[in-house]
Amino acid sequence: MFERLATEAPLFFNIHNLVFIGQAMGRTLGMTLIGCGVGFVFGLLIAVLRQTTGRLLLPLRFVAIAYVEFFRRIPFLVILFIVLFVIEPLMPGTSLFGIATVAVCLLSTAFLSEIIRSGLESVPRAQVEAATILNFNTLQTLTMVVLPQSWRVILPPATAFVVMFIKDTSLASQLGVIELTFAGKILVNRGFSPVLGFGTILVCYFALSYPLSRFAAYLEKRLAAS
Amino acid sequence: MQHLEIDNVCASYGKLEVLRDVTLSADKGEVVSLIGPSGSGKSTLLRVLIGLTPLTAGSIHVGGERVDYSNRKNLKKLRGHMAIVFQQYNLFQNMNVLRNVTIAPVKIKKQPRADAENKARELLEKVGMQEKAEAYPDELSGGQQQRVAIARALATNPEILLFDEVTSALDPERVKEVLDTIRSLTDEGITMMIVSHEMAFVREVSTRVAMMDEGRIIEVGPPAQIFEEPQQDRTRDFVSKILSH
Amino acid sequence: MDYTFQFAAVFEELPYLLGGAAITLQIAFVSFWGGAVIGLFGAIAKVYGGGFWRRLASGYVVAFTNTPALVQIFLLYYALPDAGILLEPLTAVLIGLVLNAGAYLTEILRAGVLSVRRSEIEAAQTLGMSGLQIVRYVMLPHIAKTIYAPLSNFFVWLVLGSSLAALFGVEELTGRAINISTVNLRSIETFTVVAMIYVVLTVIASSALALVGRLAFRVKAKVF
Ligand SMILES: Nc1ncnc2c1ncn2[C@@H]1O[C@H](COP(=O)(O)OP(=O)(O)OP(=O)(O)O)[C@@H](O)[C@H]1O
Ligand SMILES: [Mg+2]
Repeated sequence: MFERLATEAPLFFNIHNLVFIGQAMGRTLGMTLIGCGVGFVFGLLIAVLRQTTGRLLLPLRFVAIAYVEFFRRIPFLVILFIVLFVIEPLMPGTSLFGIATVAVCLLSTAFLSEIIRSGLESVPRAQVEAATILNFNTLQTLTMVVLPQSWRVILPPATAFVVMFIKDTSLASQLGVIELTFAGKILVNRGFSPVLGFGTILVCYFALSYPLSRFAAYLEKRLAAS
Repeated sequence: MQHLEIDNVCASYGKLEVLRDVTLSADKGEVVSLIGPSGSGKSTLLRVLIGLTPLTAGSIHVGGERVDYSNRKNLKKLRGHMAIVFQQYNLFQNMNVLRNVTIAPVKIKKQPRADAENKARELLEKVGMQEKAEAYPDELSGGQQQRVAIARALATNPEILLFDEVTSALDPERVKEVLDTIRSLTDEGITMMIVSHEMAFVREVSTRVAMMDEGRIIEVGPPAQIFEEPQQDRTRDFVSKILSH
Repeated sequence: MDYTFQFAAVFEELPYLLGGAAITLQIAFVSFWGGAVIGLFGAIAKVYGGGFWRRLASGYVVAFTNTPALVQIFLLYYALPDAGILLEPLTAVLIGLVLNAGAYLTEILRAGVLSVRRSEIEAAQTLGMSGLQIVRYVMLPHIAKTIYAPLSNFFVWLVLGSSLAALFGVEELTGRAINISTVNLRSIETFTVVAMIYVVLTVIASSALALVGRLAFRVKAKVF
């Protein structure tokens, strides 16, 4: 086995393959960051919506809760398939990358809204009351008082969540998105040894994920202390 | 016509009736203190006044106009004239002292920042906190935070100022500096309603004192009456118990 | 779009799908308990172990939590035959999931052990408690309280995560969904129904776990 590795390695790490892997890595990162970025925005909207108490928004709140509870209980793989089957006939031209990214958005919205919600709830009621009596409106209270105080509770788990998603996007290989995992499969199919192919892919994932998870741990320590 | 009139106000938390038919008034510039045992509803009365807790019956008039607490505009107007200082200060933790004091004038009342900051520095000087304008709340002692909270309340030019046990969370040495600050405000024509357990202070600054028990006001009178010849046994008990401490 | 939903074809296959759900649960169970054993050793090594064992456990956790289980299993499944070991798909998936679960559970259990404060153990000692009593009355309740919620969340995560077995041809819930949809060509309906089965499955799992936590450990765990 090791002889095979030794003879193959120089062939494997040629410029062509490296560019191929680099592009795949870019797609993995792209799906994760776009998905989680969009998920953060919608997650924030849902979290804020769930903080409201007005009767008018009750149906919307209900939909939001149902959305969050459902999507957190469905495997990413199943969401990927559903998104694929829904989007393909509706918008035939959509790229597989786009479809996978939509699936990431759907799921990350659900999870991030929960993370953001617990962040918002960590801010004492008294802070909100202090703003209310100074005539802050809801939006002002949110942006000037509540959000600035909840970052420290939101950021560490949100970062840890992005780390999770880097790994989850590997399932998008099943759709045919040429991200890291699929790139590994292609290389192995071209005849390279699985140890070399998938081993390299694992290292690439590690290179994406490890710094970010260290950053999450750092944030956790740093923000909890202050 | 009184500046602040509370008529037959009731309030409850769920099934628990906390205020029962409370009637009380304050003339312009008057300092009315609320005393009474824990749980008697003093804080709730102040919270009702500023619209944090809903009233279930009765009415409140400010400057002769009835306050409609269900009307957003009306509430906003009310809070434009009325400010409250809490026991736990409740300074915005994400803002430094100066910003805590200027945020409402600048962002809500849309005053020019420079004017608001000048005014804020004056107020901070008045409460003895000018040195700490750049500090954050968690870098300050309780007494210092409380004085900043008073400056923040004053920054909106309130005509009515409510104080809820503003010294209860403080060390004995810190109590005096906060009480001195409040005392210095009593001759500025601001109508005040003060909840306090500092009987000597209450007696000194109040024009009238109201004794609360179980959600009712059981006696109102000038400090001399409440502290020397209370009409109610309950008041006598309470006052003597607290004074003997 | 004039797509008409037809769920009838899917509902016919409900028993088949529920059979898949049972396999999904089995995979989750095996992975959970296998992982728990590894996690227990891992946590002990990380908290009490000497230099070598601690580093080994840390390395294991870092390696497995920073790479996707799917690729780990690909490696197992496709590389081991080179070394003369042929794995059944299910075996490869289980090994991969157990190793993954072991890494995550090491961290969860470690947090539990660390939640017991020295001062509390000392307080118990001054009360004259024996070692076993301290474990029983001081340490375990603490550990249970700290780890119970993350543990049950992790189990739910495993139920969902086990769906990757489908990609190796294992006929658990997602695998059977793929089988059905290639025959009945009602993909959206099939996967919607399967999604609902997952929702029901995990709600039942978290409710049961919350109940157990409340009865056995007096932990107030939230289902939602
Ligand atoms: N948010 C709340 N929810 C339910 N009950 C409350 C709430 N706040 C206060 N209460 C109850 O209302 C009653 C009156 O409380 P309030 O805080 O007005 O009393 P207080 O006179 O200010 O007492 P203290 O001197 O202890 O501050 C008490 O029985 C209290 O338990
Ligand atoms: Mg009170």
